Amino acid sequence: MIAVLDYGIGNLRSAEKALQHVGSDARLVSDPARVADADGVVLPGVGSFGPCARALRDSGLESAALDAIARGTPFLGICIGFQLLYEGSEEDPDQPGLGVLPGMVRALPRGVKHPQMQWNVLDRVADRESGLLAGTPDPAWVYFVHSFAPEMTSDTTSTCDYGGPITASAERGPLWGTQFHPEKSGSVGLGILGNFAREVAGAGPGVSARPVTGRPAPSGTGS
Amino acid sequence: MRTVRVIPCLDVDAGRVVKGIQFVDLVDAGDPVEMAARYNAQGADELVFLDITASSDHRQTMVDVVSRTAEQVFIPFTVGGGVRSVEDARRLLRAGADKVGINTAAVERPELITEIATEFGAQCVVVAIDARRRPAADGEGEGEGEGEGVAWEVFTHGGRTSTGIDAVHWAERCATIGAGEILLTSMDRDGTRDGFDIDLTRRISDCCPVPLIASGGVGELDHLVAGAVEGAADAVLAASIFHLGEFTVGEAKDHLAAAGVAVRPA
Repeated sequence: MIAVLDYGIGNLRSAEKALQHVGSDARLVSDPARVADADGVVLPGVGSFGPCARALRDSGLESAALDAIARGTPFLGICIGFQLLYEGSEEDPDQPGLGVLPGMVRALPRGVKHPQMQWNVLDRVADRESGLLAGTPDPAWVYFVHSFAPEMTSDTTSTCDYGGPITASAERGPLWGTQFHPEKSGSVGLGILGNFAREVAGAGPGVSARPVTGRPAPSGTGS
Repeated sequence: MRTVRVIPCLDVDAGRVVKGIQFVDLVDAGDPVEMAARYNAQGADELVFLDITASSDHRQTMVDVVSRTAEQVFIPFTVGGGVRSVEDARRLLRAGADKVGINTAAVERPELITEIATEFGAQCVVVAIDARRRPAADGEGEGEGEGEGVAWEVFTHGGRTSTGIDAVHWAERCATIGAGEILLTSMDRDGTRDGFDIDLTRRISDCCPVPLIASGGVGELDHLVAGAVEGAADAVLAASIFHLGEFTVGEAKDHLAAAGVAVRPA
């Protein structure tokens, strides 16, 4: 089972539906105790860093997420959920992030519209292995909505060009994150979520009862 | 890289897509979920559903459409029409919409923009502005060029009610108080197939810091190019050219690309 953490913000349904579409047993989970049973965890997020950080903490799901990461459970942060993995954000300096990835979340460069609300192309970081982006087409177009992004670090696996190179994804072992929305990026995004579903199915003893290859992948995912 | 989005708009009446000219002679154009899936397959960057159902009895019908769309279509979509409260927005977002469009309710109570933005983030607040040309009054129409001496007034209730509000000032204010995007429809051009009101589009794009969707008047593919280039819109919206089968979204994007406008290839 993939737990999509439901901490009371915005549209979580799309992440759940997209994961189900690629064949995983994804469920919205709001009870922290149930996260321990999950084979994979997805932390979505929309809006702003501070309110999301507070809502995650108040829901009790923050410590559940940290426990899952400490156990090595495959973990995918999306958009603000990705930013929350870092130490903090310029957007709300008083609110700490989870701090499981080193680095800070920074504002997009000046001179370009904020937010970036559009499709953009992923530039893969050279010589960097990426399970998240395995099999994605070149060019891979994905959908972004954000005014902030994590700074580039050794975890960064892809960037996009928006007034300069901007972190688009990062990976550290089973801990993955995307600044873009794979659940809203058409067939390319579904391919990326399929990669996560396979990572979950291949990790450890608690394999999902439902096979991740149970439904045909949409064409063009390269998977 | 800045890429321009191409957005088919689906007017939905009691659960069916309708097409018509300036809201008269509505004809059934199909099932909204099937049409959404078709436009997704054609390479649409986003979709806009506009619930034009007159009766609130059918409010749940739209929520069902949103829910079914979210199960099948994995690109962003906005739902507007009848959103009057944070609870209305919550219902649509929980059903799977990415953004909600607000129009009349935002003019009547601008705090609603801030309330929805605070609750769910500015990225999901699209303020729809229906604007009509009028001679400029003092303090308006200060721009230069062809738009000089002209201003645009905001109308609400599907274009039936004048407000006296200047559209350029209203767009700027919306961005300040929480709108993440502006959906700008020229009432003078809507349904005419004469192309966007470029002066209006340009004026608002130049002064408004958030992304702008140009709407109203597209009858041929060059109109999309004009909206993106001369109008400086971040996204171009059209309905009838797609619904009537004159052009696919892919053809629209090929045309934009050939004119030098960066788009996500279909």
